[in-house]
Amino acid sequence: MSVAIIDYGAGNIQSIRFALERLGISAILTSSKEEIKAASHVIFPGVGEASSAMTKLQSTGLDTLIPALKQPVLGICLGMQLMCNHSEEGDTKGLGIFDTDVVRFTTDLNVPHMGWNEVDGKGVLFDQIPANSHFYLVHSFYAESNENAVGHCVYDTTFAAAMAKDNFYGTQFHPEKSGEMGARLLKNFLQQ
Amino acid sequence: MLTKRIIPCLDIKDGRTVKGVNFVDLRDAGDPVELAQRYADEGADELVFLDISASQEKRKTLAKLVRNVAQAIDIPFTVGGGINAVDDVAILLDNGADKVSINSAAVRRPELISEVANRFGTQCVVVAIDAKQIKNEWVVHLVGGRVPTERMLFEWTKEAVVRGAGELLFTSMDHDGTKQGFANEALQKLSRQVSVPIIASGGAGTMQHFIDTFVDGNADAALAASVFHFKEISIPELKNTLRQHQIPIR
Repeated sequence: MSVAIIDYGAGNIQSIRFALERLGISAILTSSKEEIKAASHVIFPGVGEASSAMTKLQSTGLDTLIPALKQPVLGICLGMQLMCNHSEEGDTKGLGIFDTDVVRFTTDLNVPHMGWNEVDGKGVLFDQIPANSHFYLVHSFYAESNENAVGHCVYDTTFAAAMAKDNFYGTQFHPEKSGEMGARLLKNFLQQ
Repeated sequence: MLTKRIIPCLDIKDGRTVKGVNFVDLRDAGDPVELAQRYADEGADELVFLDISASQEKRKTLAKLVRNVAQAIDIPFTVGGGINAVDDVAILLDNGADKVSINSAAVRRPELISEVANRFGTQCVVVAIDAKQIKNEWVVHLVGGRVPTERMLFEWTKEAVVRGAGELLFTSMDHDGTKQGFANEALQKLSRQVSVPIIASGGAGTMQHFIDTFVDGNADAALAASVFHFKEISIPELKNTLRQHQIPIR
């Protein structure tokens, strides 16, 4: 197994590498197209603002590489949001992998939605994960529920907390920061 | 449902935990990584590390510590103490911290909040405020609460949020160390005027105090140090009690 974590200058990606190390897997952080293409599994992280992250992807050609990947790809947080059609954040056109849009929370509740919340998940990512387990989230924008959603979370409104389509997976929550269940989910992804 | 968070706080000096840690069965009670791991295993939702080392040289030790913590634990953690510039933040985040807590430097130069938020996102900016009631006003204090400022709590927190604070950590100096409960009235007022999560700090003594700060203070998270370090309150027991009181808990 060779895991590549896409490094495009967006946020805390060491945490993902450390989480994989705890599972006994060493991953490379890379922006090289060749290395990403050669990996058995690709993790597409992201923290920060959508339009500037997309600009970075475009400047390196990763915006065309990622949707063309054939191996399992996991987008985390902003990574997952960028895999959707469009994000309201910075009016950003996404990679169009997941057939949904990303919009801002409009609620009297606190924004960002920050902390541990229950995710009702199904399918391979959630294998051996009890229903409504808690995962750690921190985000102000969310992907609207859609037919690719394999996990839902409720915060004022119900949103897509996890998605899957062909070889592409995504989680709004941070599995690398979500304790034992997060580790389990990463393991499930790596078994695909 | 989004849960309330329980956050143990570790004071760090020269890479070691200080201020009394009474874990008899730890091999080394001064090792922050071992203690952090312990709290994570017990069900802590997040951790805060406050560095109280004075010199720049010692702060290099902090970066290494942050990396060791990030490698060991699988829950989010915040690092604070002595952050004066965007570069200080970059070092901590690069080493695996999830958030940074900015206190005195933000009061001295509020632009720092926006600079950090613009570069790394509001989600990693915790603005910490130490305040104390003087003639019915909550006066913001600096340098670990030693120096009073012209700033008042409610005005300052509003400004901090506008500038990009993603979370507020409010320590009542009147309550800190008393073990008589959190400053729930002020917390309640804070929660009504800002829309970011608020961490209550200062005054934890009993499990009832945690219930009160979540119910009466409307706090999103509660931070404590000594009650956890000295095992006066165990995290699993606290969480069970909170659950029995219908407070959403992981």
